Amino acid sequence: MTTTTENNAFKSQEYFINMGPQHPATHGVLRLLLTIDGEIIKNIDPDLGYIHRSIEKMCERDSYQQIVHLTDRMDYLSAHINNEAVCLAVENALGLEVPERVKVIRTIIAELTRLASHQLWWGVMGMDVGALTTYFYGFRDREMINDIFEETCGARLTMNYNIPGGLMFDLHPNFVQRVKDFIAHFKTKLPEYDTLLTGNVIFQKRTQGVGILTKEDAISFGTTGPVARASGFSCDVRKHHPYSAYDRVQFNEALFTVGDTFTRYQVRIQEMWESMAIIEQLIDNIPDGEFKTPTNAVIKLPKGEFYQRVETARGELGVFIVSDGKKNPYRLKFRSPGFSNLSALKKMAVGSKLGDLVAIMATLDIVVPDIDR
Amino acid sequence: MNISLSITKNIHDWLFEVMSAPFATVVENVLIAVAFLAFFALAGLLLVWMERRIAAFFQLRLGPNRVGPMGLFQTIADALKLVSKELTGPDKADKFLYNLAPYFVIVASLMALSVLPFSQEFHAFDINIGVFFLIAVSSIGVIGILLGGWSSNNKYSLIGAMRSGLQTISYELSVGLSILTIVVLAGSLQISEIIAAQQAGGWFIIQGHIPAMIAFMIFMIAGTAETNRAPFDLIEAESELGAGFHTEYSGMKFAYFFLAEFINMFIIAAIGVILFFGGWLSPFGITESIPLLGIFWFMLKVLGLIFLMMWFRWTFPRLRVDQLLTLEWKYLLPINLFNIVLMAVIVWLGLTINF
Repeated sequence: MTTTTENNAFKSQEYFINMGPQHPATHGVLRLLLTIDGEIIKNIDPDLGYIHRSIEKMCERDSYQQIVHLTDRMDYLSAHINNEAVCLAVENALGLEVPERVKVIRTIIAELTRLASHQLWWGVMGMDVGALTTYFYGFRDREMINDIFEETCGARLTMNYNIPGGLMFDLHPNFVQRVKDFIAHFKTKLPEYDTLLTGNVIFQKRTQGVGILTKEDAISFGTTGPVARASGFSCDVRKHHPYSAYDRVQFNEALFTVGDTFTRYQVRIQEMWESMAIIEQLIDNIPDGEFKTPTNAVIKLPKGEFYQRVETARGELGVFIVSDGKKNPYRLKFRSPGFSNLSALKKMAVGSKLGDLVAIMATLDIVVPDIDR
Repeated sequence: MNISLSITKNIHDWLFEVMSAPFATVVENVLIAVAFLAFFALAGLLLVWMERRIAAFFQLRLGPNRVGPMGLFQTIADALKLVSKELTGPDKADKFLYNLAPYFVIVASLMALSVLPFSQEFHAFDINIGVFFLIAVSSIGVIGILLGGWSSNNKYSLIGAMRSGLQTISYELSVGLSILTIVVLAGSLQISEIIAAQQAGGWFIIQGHIPAMIAFMIFMIAGTAETNRAPFDLIEAESELGAGFHTEYSGMKFAYFFLAEFINMFIIAAIGVILFFGGWLSPFGITESIPLLGIFWFMLKVLGLIFLMMWFRWTFPRLRVDQLLTLEWKYLLPINLFNIVLMAVIVWLGLTINF
């Protein structure tokens, strides 16, 4: 490496570090191969596969009811929404009409999941830029949602409530009151989030103008969810292809134009307000009726290809089923939002500092099991 | 009436009475050293406990509350655990420098501790360049951090160490210049004289009004940066570097770094108290006739400033490395230089507020 030029001692040399698989900022077992010049990032090469469990292959073996329970192991922060995606795909393929009650409950549960996911993200976002206290504030509020879910379906993380045809069981009698209590509580706490982190000068300086993703890049990398909406790409599945009860609620799609780390942060904060608005519109009007449409014990989809997309907390989750008429799918492909969002990381972070990379990663809101599946 | 108990003076007199002068000097110095070492360990452990309790208070947690009353002995238990741990190190580390680094850090903070006046009585080492000595000695610690990061054979440690180097070198300027602002006001570098001047004319933060307050703010910012604490904790930014320069240290060597960090915080807070809040003096001179109470007032004020620094840490996000340097070189340093001139003009024109 040594050359004989006279300025050799002052020549900067790029070096190479491994960020992950065990690193606090990669939020799981993601490995980033970084080429760094001093503090400036020259190249990023994500290395995936450390938590690959071949979920898609396992789906080919399982019946459609069983597949639902694999999906909450993908994006464990959007477990209910993932379950809903598979259920909707199966129901659409069968031409099954679920009761109104199911649609409304699914929407409420999905929005609660989104809130819980964003609360965790907010806590971790603060921690990644060095404000450790946010973590505990986010978890304080997430805990209430977890308690609601625990009462509803028995689990706090890998929740299973949706089944093809409806819900596993009816709502717990306390559900409505507890959700109302939570909304009342969180409406006073969300402004606290702004006071603690959003308005902080250091935080704004750390995030504004950092990791800019233009609208063109956002579209060409296939990013969805808050990442794309911060860049001005209107892609909310709930708005454009409404499913469940989203066609009857009023809410705004959080859209910004700058596409830097700070706007990605703002999108999620605004989405929390919108989620609360959606829940408020539905919680008093849960229709009475059955909580599921009976299906055959063995579900056989007709021959053909079926696609269903939903909006998880991270973006668009697609479920693509190729059926050959048997009780299990011939091929099942998940289009996970985290994978596409991660692909834009190099575009965003090359040229910025090591500290920026961590902030950018935090606003991508990566869940590694969702990327690897 | 002066109800001085003169503990230290009595011990000094007694030592010189019972043994020959050279021998007594040696014994006295050893006693002082032992006292400081004991204080060092005790204060470090107590501050760790305080930090954990305060962090818990900010973070809706309880903090350590099982071992001893209010969890007071938790840190002692942790220290015992660290002592009993195996000292492991990376294979290809530069063994000599790797083992040397913790001592640099701990010796630097011990030396700085030695000139601090705890009260009129407990002031071991009152040299005429006291403040200068403090600034000089407190910057030795960074050598230890640089060595530790360099010799660990770990790139994350190295990044942490390099950040520490540039951070300490930059912010030392601000600490030094803000201290100089007060030296202009006091007219002396000797700590006892600085405090005497405050006894005569009121605490410097009031006596020097506007420039003193600016100097105090700069001192707190730069002091926090020099102790490598959040929001300037870039050298051990756990979300970026894992643990920074002490990633590869274990057991007691790690504990040295850890304790030194807290003692450095104590030292910065103590300098702040000496220069701006009258050291051991009581507010409005209410207990001036009982010099022994000086230690109480001194510790109270120091703990107040330490609480402020802990408050910073658990509230603010971390700065980025270029923002860190921008803040120092583009804002703090020019303001500081202007502030010294302002202070000089105010002292020259006699515009200080004297009680």
